[in-house]
Amino acid sequence: MSRDLSRRTKLVLYGVLLVLAIPFVFPTWWMVTSSLKPVADIFAFPPKLLPTNPRFDAYQRVFELQPFGQQYLNSLYIALVVTVGTMAVSALAGYAFARIRFRGQNVLFLVVLAGLLIPSEVTIVPLFQMFFKLGLVNTHWPLILVPIFGAPSVLATFIMRQFFISLPGELEEAARVDGLGRFATFWRIALPLSRPALGAVAIFTFLHSWNLYLEPIVFLSSPEKFTLPQALTQFVDAYGGPMWDVQMAAASMTALPVLVVFVIAQKQFVEGLAHTGLKG
Amino acid sequence: MTQTDTRVGSAAAGPTPGPARPFWTSRRRDQLAGYVFIAPQLLGSVVFVILPLILVLWYSLHEWNVLAGTFDFVGTDNYKALADDPNLGAVLRATGLFSVGLVVLNLGLALLLAVLLNQRLRGTIVFRTLFFSPVVVSLVAWTIVWGFLLQDNGGINGLLDTIGVDGPNWLRGEGTAMVSVIVVQVFKNVGLNMVLFLAALQGVPGELYEAAEVDGASRMRQFWRITVPLISPTILLTSIITVVGSLQVFAQISVLTQGGPGTSTTVLVYYLYQQAFQFHHFGYGATLSIVLFAIVLALTVLQWQMRKRWVFHES
Repeated sequence: MSRDLSRRTKLVLYGVLLVLAIPFVFPTWWMVTSSLKPVADIFAFPPKLLPTNPRFDAYQRVFELQPFGQQYLNSLYIALVVTVGTMAVSALAGYAFARIRFRGQNVLFLVVLAGLLIPSEVTIVPLFQMFFKLGLVNTHWPLILVPIFGAPSVLATFIMRQFFISLPGELEEAARVDGLGRFATFWRIALPLSRPALGAVAIFTFLHSWNLYLEPIVFLSSPEKFTLPQALTQFVDAYGGPMWDVQMAAASMTALPVLVVFVIAQKQFVEGLAHTGLKG
Repeated sequence: MTQTDTRVGSAAAGPTPGPARPFWTSRRRDQLAGYVFIAPQLLGSVVFVILPLILVLWYSLHEWNVLAGTFDFVGTDNYKALADDPNLGAVLRATGLFSVGLVVLNLGLALLLAVLLNQRLRGTIVFRTLFFSPVVVSLVAWTIVWGFLLQDNGGINGLLDTIGVDGPNWLRGEGTAMVSVIVVQVFKNVGLNMVLFLAALQGVPGELYEAAEVDGASRMRQFWRITVPLISPTILLTSIITVVGSLQVFAQISVLTQGGPGTSTTVLVYYLYQQAFQFHHFGYGATLSIVLFAIVLALTVLQWQMRKRWVFHES
C-alpha cells in the first residue's frame, strides 16, 4: 500500500491521524493535569486543559491514605519475579519441545497447550480453594506461582517454541560435536540467539502481571499486601465516592514510569511484539 | 552436568563385566534432558490448569456452603439452577454484546489505523507510538481515568458542552454503559492488533497493487481483493486473541459499572466473581466457570473451522 501521495492527500491523512489520536492521548493528559488541580477545578466548566496553579497535595495524600510505597514495591517485585520466572520456564520448555526428540513429546505438548484454552478465570474457584487449604491466601504466592507455571506462561512457551523451531540446526550440531551437553548448548548457543523472542515474552509477561486485577482482589485482603491496580480503587471518601484528585495522582504514578520506558524503547516494544511473538 | 552423567553411566554398567554399552547413551541422556527441560511447565500445567479444571467440574456437582462448612453432592442441581436462573439470559446477552461490539470495533479500528500508518508519510512512527501507548498503561489506571472522564460532569461531557451538545450520564444509562465499557477497552488494546496488522500489511508485495492499478481496479477493490485475502491469517489470529480476551473482561466492569445499571453490563466473568466471591456460592460459581469454559472451547473450535474455509493461505 505504500505509494507516493499527493500533498493534499497527505494533509488529509495527517488530519485524520491527529483526530484519531485524541482518545489515545487525552486520557493520559487529563489524568496528569487533573492530579495537579485543586479539587474545585477538577469539574470546572469549561474544562481546564492546563492546571492554573499546579500543586502536589494529591500526591502527598496518596501516601497518607494507603501504604502506597509498599504497594508499589509489591507490584514491582511480583512483576519482576514473574517475568524472570516465566522467561526461564518458557525458554526451557519451548526449547525442549522444539529441538529435543523424546517419547510422548506431542502428547505432552498438547497437555501444556490446553492452558491456552482455559483462561485463568475458569479455574479461579478451585485455585482459591487450593491456596486456601495451603494457608497461602493473603500472600503473594498465588500471584507468583500461577502465572509462572500455569496458564499465563503457556503462551510464552508457545512463542519460544515457535522461535526455536525456526533456528537453523547447524549451529547446535557444531556445538554438540564439540562435546557440549544439552544444557550448555541451550544456554550458550540457543538462548543468546533467542533474545528478540525472549524480549517479547518479557514485555508481555511484565504487563500481564502489572495489570492483574481479578486475582489480587480474590486472594489479597490486607492493604499492605495489595498490588497497584487493587490499591488504585481504594481512594474513596467515607461515602464510597472516589477522591478524584488522589486517584489521578496514584494512577499517574502507576502509569507514567511504564509509559516513559515504553517511549524510550518503543521500537523494541512494538517490533518485538509484532515480529516474533504472534506470527507463528 | 556431564560429570554426573558419566558417574551414573559407569554405576549402571557396573554389574556387567567387560566393555558393555553404557546405559546412558547420548540419545538417552538427551531424552532425559528433554523431560527435565519441560518438567516445570508440565508440572505447572497439571497442578494449576488441568487439576483445577477437573476440580471445577467436581465442585459444580456440589452444594457448597462455606459459612456452614458443608459440601454435599447434589448431582446436576446446580445445572438445573443455571437453567432456571433469571439472570442468566441477561448475563449471556451482556457477554455476547460486549464480545461482538469489542471484536468488531477493535479489529475494524486496528485495520484502519494500520492502513493509515502503512502510507508513505513522515512521522508515522510518532503516531504508531501514540496509538500503542495505552497498551502499556496499567489497565486499572486507564479504566479509572476513563471512569473520571465519563462522569456526568466529567471531561467528555465538559468538552461536548463547549460545542453545545448535552452529553448523557454515560455509565448510568442502560445502553450507554455497555457502549462506554466497550469503547474504553477498544482504545486500551487496539494498538496491539494494529501492530500485528501493520506487520502483515508490510508483507504484502507492492507489485500486486501495481498490477491491479494497471488493470484499473479502484483502491477499495484492491483493498478487498488483495489486501484482505493476503492478511487473512493475521485477521484470524487477531480475532481469536480478541474474542477469547473479550470473554475475560473483568477489571473494566468492576471499576466502571459494577455490572450495572441493573444487569446490563454483568458479563459472565463478573457474574462468576459475584456468585463465588461475593455471595460465596462456590458450587454455582464453578458451574458458571464450566459455562465460560464451554463458550471459549466452542468459539475456538469454530474459528479453527473457519480458517479452513476463509483464510487465503498459510505461511
